[in-house]
This record gives sequence, C-alpha cells and structure tokens, in this order.
Amino acid sequence: MMTGLSSNGETIRLKTLKELAEREQRELRFQGGHSLCAGCGVPLVVRTVLNAIDTPVVVVNATGCLEVATTRYPSTAWNVPWLHVAFENAAAAASGVEAAFRVLNRKRKNGRPIPFDLPEDVRIIAFGGDGGTYDIGLQALSGALERGHRFTYICYDNEAYMNTGNQRSGATPPLAHTTTTPVGEQSLGKLQQRKDLTEIAVAHHVPYVAQASISNWQDLVRKIQMAVQVDGPSFLNVLAPCQRGWGYDPSQTVEIARLAVETCFWPLYEVIDGEYRLNYRPRKPLPIAEWVKTQGRFRHLLRPENRHLLDALQEQVNREWERLLRKCEGRLLEV
Amino acid sequence: MTLVVTPRLEAAQLLTGAQAVAHAMRQIEPDVVPVYPITPQTPIIEEFAQMVADGRCDTEIINVESEHSAMSAAVGASVAGARVMTATASQGLALMIEVLYIAASMRCPIVMPLGNRALSGPINIHCDHSDAMLARDSGAVQIFTENGQEAYDYTLMAVRLAEDQRVLLPVIVNLDGFTLTHSAEAVELLPDEVARAFVGHYRPLYPLLDTARPTTQGPFDMPDFYYEHKRQQDEAMRGVLEVFPEVQRAYAEATGRNYRGYYEAYRLDDADFAVVVLGSTAGTAKVVVDTLRDEGQRVGLLKLWLFRPFPHAAVAEALRGKQAVAVMDRALSFGSWGPLFTEIAAALYGLPEAKRPRLHNFTYGLGGRDVTPDQIAEALTRIQDPRTPAVMRYLGVRA
Repeated sequence: MMTGLSSNGETIRLKTLKELAEREQRELRFQGGHSLCAGCGVPLVVRTVLNAIDTPVVVVNATGCLEVATTRYPSTAWNVPWLHVAFENAAAAASGVEAAFRVLNRKRKNGRPIPFDLPEDVRIIAFGGDGGTYDIGLQALSGALERGHRFTYICYDNEAYMNTGNQRSGATPPLAHTTTTPVGEQSLGKLQQRKDLTEIAVAHHVPYVAQASISNWQDLVRKIQMAVQVDGPSFLNVLAPCQRGWGYDPSQTVEIARLAVETCFWPLYEVIDGEYRLNYRPRKPLPIAEWVKTQGRFRHLLRPENRHLLDALQEQVNREWERLLRKCEGRLLEV
Repeated sequence: MTLVVTPRLEAAQLLTGAQAVAHAMRQIEPDVVPVYPITPQTPIIEEFAQMVADGRCDTEIINVESEHSAMSAAVGASVAGARVMTATASQGLALMIEVLYIAASMRCPIVMPLGNRALSGPINIHCDHSDAMLARDSGAVQIFTENGQEAYDYTLMAVRLAEDQRVLLPVIVNLDGFTLTHSAEAVELLPDEVARAFVGHYRPLYPLLDTARPTTQGPFDMPDFYYEHKRQQDEAMRGVLEVFPEVQRAYAEATGRNYRGYYEAYRLDDADFAVVVLGSTAGTAKVVVDTLRDEGQRVGLLKLWLFRPFPHAAVAEALRGKQAVAVMDRALSFGSWGPLFTEIAAALYGLPEAKRPRLHNFTYGLGGRDVTPDQIAEALTRIQDPRTPAVMRYLGVRA
C-alpha cells in the first residue's frame, strides 16, 4: 500500500523528482494559483508531503502564511479536506478530527450507519508555521502528542512570524534581524537562543520525530512516510526558508536550505521510539558564514568588527552538532 | 400561559444538576466529548466519564490540556462529522471564547452545558452569570435553566435545536453553579429509548471526513465576503426564534413534557409589577411572588429560558402595560446597565409610552452571594413607588 519506506526504513521507491511529479499528475492535491510568494519554501513542503502519502488525507492548518495564501474565499488551493480553526490550536483541532474518525469507524463496525462516505483509512496532517508551533501553539501540540492521537504534525519553520511581516519567534536564530528585534545602533538583532522544538517533541516519547529540509526532498519524503505509518503521534520539523524575511533572491530558496544542512545549522535526523539516527553527515561541514552571508537578516554579522559574533555562532553550531552526534552514537542512516 | 414540567415524584430520582446533565449526555451518546475540569462544571464530566468507562455509552472522550483545546477539539470533531458536546464554566469559558466565536462562525452544532460561575478577579468559584454574559455575542445560542429538571430537559432539546439545519450553531445550556450543579433534587429522567429517539442520529452537512468530496473549511475572508458571512450567521441565530418553539413542541409530543415559549410567565398575566430573572433565582422569586400575592400585591415573574437570540417582541408583549418591572442582573457590565436590563429596555422601547413600564435594574448575587427572598421582595416593593428613580441598585451588598 505504501509507496516508499516500510517502517524499518529500508526501501524507497521515489528515486527522482520526476517520479514525485508524476504522483502529482495522478492526483493534484495542492494546486497552483495560490498567493504564496515566489520562492516561498512552504508550498514545497506541502506538495512533497501530500505527494508522499497514498491514503486519503485530511489537512488541519494553523493560521499563517500557508492558510491565508491558499484559502482566500471563495478560492482554495486544496483538493483534500482542509480545516483551519485558529492560530494556536491546529494540534487540538486535529485531535478532534482524529477522535471523530476513530469513533465513527468504531461505531460503523458496531453496526451504526454513518450518513456519509467515511473512508476506511485516513492520514491526518497538521501544518503550522514556527509561530503557531514553537510559540503560541506549543501547548496544544504538547497536549496532542501526550494524548497519543494518530496524526502527523508538520512545522514549516521559516524562523519568524512571516505572515505578519517578519517578527521574531521562538525559532528565530540568535543575531537575526527581525522587525521586533531590529539591528540598530544599540542592537545586534535577536539576543536569545532558538528554542529546540524538535527535542521538545522528542521529550514527549512519541513514536516518531524528525527534522528535515526542503533541500533534501528524498529524506523528507521518507520521513513523511515513516511519520504517517506509526500508530500514534509523529512530528516533523521542516526548514522552509522565507525569501522576504531572510532577504535573498527567490531563486535561492532550496540552495539556502541546503546550506543550512551543509553547515550543520539544520541537521537532518530522526528519533524512532526514542532512538536517534543521523540521516545526513556533510563530508566536510561548511562554515556557518557560508549560510549567514546569503541572507540580508544576517548582513550585520559580516562587518569586520562583528567577526567575534560569527565565531560565537560557529562555536554554538559546533557544540550542538557534537551533542547530536553523541545522541546518535554514530548511527547514520542516509538516503 | 406557560406550562412547566414538574417531575412526577414516583418516577423521579434524587440527582444533582450535574448528574442530571450527565444522564442527558449518556442518552444523547455524543461521538466526541473533549473534557477539561473546571469548578463547578467538573462533576458533569466526571459523572459522564464514569458512564463511558462503564460502557453505558460509546463516546470518545478527549482529555484535553486546556479549555481552549477543548473547544478546538470540539470544532475539529464537529467539522469532521461527529456529534460533539463539551462542558465548561467561568475561566474555562473565558479561555474558550476565541474558539467559541469560530465554532459559531463555522456553524458547529456543539452542545455545551455551562455551570455558571463568577469570573476572576478576584478569583471566585461561586455562581453568577458573568461567564454567560462574556459569551453573549459569541454566536452561541444561550438557554438558562431554573432547576435540575430543566437542565436535563433542555440539554436534550439543545441537541435538536443545534442540529436543525436552519440553525447549526453551538448551544449553551446554562445551569447555576453549585445551586444547580451540586444540589440534589427530584429529577425525572426519560426512558433511554425515548431520549435517544428524540435526539435521533446526527447527519452532518459537509463532513470533513468525507474525503471523496473534499471541502475547505475555515478559509480566509477579505472585506469582499466577511460581511455577508456574518449576516448569514446572524440570520441563522434569528432563525432560532422559529425553531426553539418547534423543538419544545417536538419534545412535548415525544415525552409528554410541556415547555412552551421563550420564557416562563409566573402569575404574570394580571400582574401590575414584574420581576425578570435568569436561572435558579426564579425558584426563589416564585416564592416571593406567592407571598406578595397573598398580601394582595399584583406581582408576577418572567423567567427567560432563551437569552440568545433574545426574544424582544415576545418579552415586550409579556411586559406590555405593566406599571413597573424589576430586572435582576447577576452580572455586571462595568460602566453600563446590567446585560439583561439593556435587553429588556431595548425590548420595551418600541411600546407606546402609555404601555411602557417603568424599568429598574437590580444587581444581585455576584460571586455566589446568597439570594434571599427579602432581596427580591425589596426589589418588587421598591418599584411600586413611582417616585423611585430608575438607577441601578445593588441588592445584598455592603456599602
């Protein structure tokens, strides 16, 4: 039934982007014509996710860029059932959908007629940006993960509140310029660390947690297929650059996401039943400066007098990377 | 004339309001019930959870981590195609409010008992109607009940009302915290099969889980459509005025229990002076009316069942020609008249001046302050003096 990886992670059928595109030809689950920005990383996440799943899908969407740009009434970009309730509650609303699916199926098995065409099987996917997930939606996400609903929460992380114009979020990296942590005479951008949401999800002891990037699409496809197969909650944190907020040319989105991976700023890893696996190890990690220099939000770090800040950032990336390697104990699962 | 149900004692059980409502929920057998504990609603969901645990009804309970998530999960399940209930009170409702507005706008027929309680601060767990008034403009239908029997009956009726395709709105069934939720009295339950047949099966219009026919629900509106959607929602709410009596009639036919109209009029027809209340205070007010009648005073009571939508025309008709009316508010609207008072005043404004009663507003019973017969008698006595100015007065509060 599943295309792609079985739960032990050994096989994958989607070898080329062409194959992924062919799946889209078969069933166009997310259509063009929406008003997401040129070069936005988010539709890449959505299309890859929806094309990676064979079964019927229900999407629950938190308020954010993805929601407002794809469902401006009376239009919609979605060819799958789609629900938006509010900003902070996608996980809670998805809990309700999942509970409804489970109980209606049970009642049908017990002989109660269901007055509509209820599918035998469905995958419930929640999409939220980093604002709606790291920050205001964290409580609902935590509750839903703890309760064990069978659904997959996908955070598309563009590292700030981009829907309202690039304000800092709990996902914004240190020293980034945002409109609420602006760089100025007395300020060097965001002063705090990022919240490590992926590790927070891991701490819920859910069956599957992973970090992925739109640049490594096969890895993303495999992770989605893993995530929707587990019997319980799963969580994916996907880096999705924002050309408006990060300040780069729209043609560079995938490349900049790739640099985040190659500099070890955004490691690709997964945690299956608590066991860490590294999914990609750069042969020779690039200096963080290679990623930083591509983006306007970090422009101030390139000034000679701020060299020490860049060094500090590099040290931090190194430290976190080493920590992750220790957690993975050398278990590398590359695709 | 309003006929009111009195439990037949031989068929009645000694139940708290919370237990009575939990039994209604068991008979309704909603598909999904997200629950979060909050005083004084907690015994409702505890009783119900035990019934589910004992296999007495097949419901998916979601033990959510907040009331905000309770209403969010309720919306998710309702849109998915399930019959959904939850329950709350006070701060819980306050936390839900954001999503309650959305539930109404998405036309989710979620039925929710509300154990009425004061709002913080200062924190107080006891009864008043501040929480219900907080939800006044949310788009949820609001019914107030006087006793455990009404709380039970209206919980069943609320399902039919909410799910009527002319309505499709959340319905809140208010029952006074502790006074009703925790106090035991004689309540006559319907046989399970009668209750179940009355509520019937839920047929959702556009279930999200009908994956072969995908729908986009909860989209983004610009100024070109938002206004029209709000107008439709308001028209649905106004439609309740038509459906509510129909549901009461259907309930009477199915159960032999006669509730008629938007309000109960107690010794009101020939009264010159009237008191208007919501909820359990009506029981005390009836005693006062009887006492004052025995003394020869022509007084009566109007107890509203339906608060949203507000039945302005019917209320105007009921109070037309009275000399004076005391409106009892168990909530404040800071810097304004009481929320019930403003509705009554608006209802009476259209009457010809000669038929328009003098109106008085009394605030009472905030934060669970005891409501004595003396206080209601004081209100009914004061308004009989035409020289009494119509300022807002506080009953039972220290200066």
